[in-house]
Amino acid sequence: MAQPRASTSSANTRFAQFKLVLLGESAVGKSSLVLRFVKDQFDDYRESTIGAAFLTQTIALDENTTVKFEIWDTAGQERYKSLAPMYYRNANCAVVVYDITQAASLDKAKAWVKELQRQANESIVIALAGNKLDLVTANPSKRAIETADAEAYAKEAGLLFLETSAKTAENVKEMFTAIARKLPTDQVGQRRGPAGGIRPGVDINRQPPNASAAGPCAC
Amino acid sequence: MEDPQDPMKDLENGFDVVVLGTGLTETILSGIMSIEKKRVLHIDSNNYYGGEGASLKISQVFSQFHGEDAKPPPGLNVDRDWNIDLIPKFMMSGGELARILRQVPQVQDNVQFQQIAGSYVYRSSGTGFFGSGKPAIYKVPSTASEAATSSLIGLMEKGRLKSFLEFVASYDGKSSLYQGIDLEKATMKTVYDKFGLEEPTRDFVGHAMALYSNSDHQNLQARSTFNKIRLYASSVALYGRSPYIYPLYGLGELPSAFTRLSAVHGGTYMLNTQVLDFEFTDGKVSGVKLKFENPKKDGEYVDMVIKTPRVLAAPSYVDEPKKKQRTGQQVIRAICVLNHPVKHAEDSCQIIIPNTQVGRKNDIYIAVLSSAHNVCPKGYWLAIVSTIVETDNPHYELKHGFDLLEPIEERFLGKPSPLWEQAGDSSDNIFVSKSLDASSHFESCTDDVKDLYRRMEGKELDIEGLVVAGPSTE
Repeated sequence: MAQPRASTSSANTRFAQFKLVLLGESAVGKSSLVLRFVKDQFDDYRESTIGAAFLTQTIALDENTTVKFEIWDTAGQERYKSLAPMYYRNANCAVVVYDITQAASLDKAKAWVKELQRQANESIVIALAGNKLDLVTANPSKRAIETADAEAYAKEAGLLFLETSAKTAENVKEMFTAIARKLPTDQVGQRRGPAGGIRPGVDINRQPPNASAAGPCAC
Repeated sequence: MEDPQDPMKDLENGFDVVVLGTGLTETILSGIMSIEKKRVLHIDSNNYYGGEGASLKISQVFSQFHGEDAKPPPGLNVDRDWNIDLIPKFMMSGGELARILRQVPQVQDNVQFQQIAGSYVYRSSGTGFFGSGKPAIYKVPSTASEAATSSLIGLMEKGRLKSFLEFVASYDGKSSLYQGIDLEKATMKTVYDKFGLEEPTRDFVGHAMALYSNSDHQNLQARSTFNKIRLYASSVALYGRSPYIYPLYGLGELPSAFTRLSAVHGGTYMLNTQVLDFEFTDGKVSGVKLKFENPKKDGEYVDMVIKTPRVLAAPSYVDEPKKKQRTGQQVIRAICVLNHPVKHAEDSCQIIIPNTQVGRKNDIYIAVLSSAHNVCPKGYWLAIVSTIVETDNPHYELKHGFDLLEPIEERFLGKPSPLWEQAGDSSDNIFVSKSLDASSHFESCTDDVKDLYRRMEGKELDIEGLVVAGPSTE
């Protein structure tokens, strides 16, 4: 099982790194939430691709504890139910997003939560994010999912819950901070860390020896 | 408000290429084409990635081999612990696939590799001073110095094999003339004769190091065998123990990782999608008719023609004889679940049973994996026995392999599967990949990748020249 990576640089400070995956129906604002959290930007006409395998952002929980998220986007592979198990593998936490103005999107979110509970680490921390709060603030009649309904479901399923707006930034940082607080930052171990972490197994980047120069034989 | 991410709209715009099948060959190419900024739509009829090279959960394996309703017994039934390969292959650590992976860090973000701990060859009777006369497996010596201590080789022969391996090791891999031998023209037999190697040693070198699965190699051009031996030796030299590495969580991770590479570069992915037909204009493909579940409405299936000027397809998506033909070889494979390691062998290994040792035309291969590769729970081992079919009773042909594995907890016998290749030319712009062959590695798969790229793009694939957008992290 995946272990979060934690290290203690001095007696009282702690640095831990976690893999976070995003899930939810397309166009609910998954990438926008990440863009807001990582770069504090918002783009109304954002295309669905993100261009990188993952993004990273660091949160200081308190004077002594820093949490770094490796945030993995679906890269659109959720659209036709084509996410590989690889995507959930070793994820320490997940943000499952729905759109509070689209009634069906919460059902999709519930299906993703089920999928996570089946495929991912048993100890995964899941947050449910009801996104596009800005649309409802501007025009309350646009709301299709009551806060209380989603909250009741989240409580029953053991999820963190917040309504967010990637556009106005409302509750975005709060959501990631809430996740960070639930993660085992005191657990010292190692997990696969593309971002410079210790990886078990062999280092694929080792270059083959030049057979003509040295030869494979060590005699 | 128009939704810029409307899935159906996206499909209506058409693609530069539609790829059918998510085997390794197809996924490497769609990753490369996506990096090269082509609009790629990638389809699989299964609900998982990997095609014939997928890794399945144990429940999927039971239902695929023992019938729809078959269920794993208690003890084996925790799906998340299992990633069972359908084909037995390892990666040569100094081979082409590893070179491609080194070039694409975004794939490495998704896959990690572990060594295969040993490489063995079977002898029907012991030889050398300590030969017992009983059939046994021996560790394959891969360097001149290992050869000098191997109990596999007779005492007198050791020196000759050592000189031969040193001779091959100092070859530069390119020149045609090497120490007075024209490697383009000379056969391997000429070279063996020069070193006075005995027949069993030639047999050993050809099967266990050059990895030929039959006995013809002595009559082939010497250079290709030289390069195969060098590949084996340089691969062993990289990490030691064996020439092989293996992706944690199963071979299916490789195609999955390449699909993700493609997706982060804009590729569109649809699993569980049936290919109904191809459409043509003036003899060239112009569209692919698909049937798939409406992404906006669960349980509702829609037909749609996707416009595209080119198609890359795995053999199972095209018809015989127009687009594919049999190579003439059929492979038989059996997946075995063990609750013990293989006797006298490392936890994970390759075992080659040379044809000459068991009176066959083709070698039997066994690929053994343990929980160290995250493919099975602790206390279990997976072994796949395979060979090229020679008789009407193909399962019996695997017997020498099974004998080395007994007792076998669960056995899944495959059907003989024909190996396919493209028939005719690609003037219709439908390009067909080859079936994954019976070899123990992916070198022929990467050859096929290069050949398909050359035929589709009209130029050589330049892996080093791929411009991968940005580093994988910030």
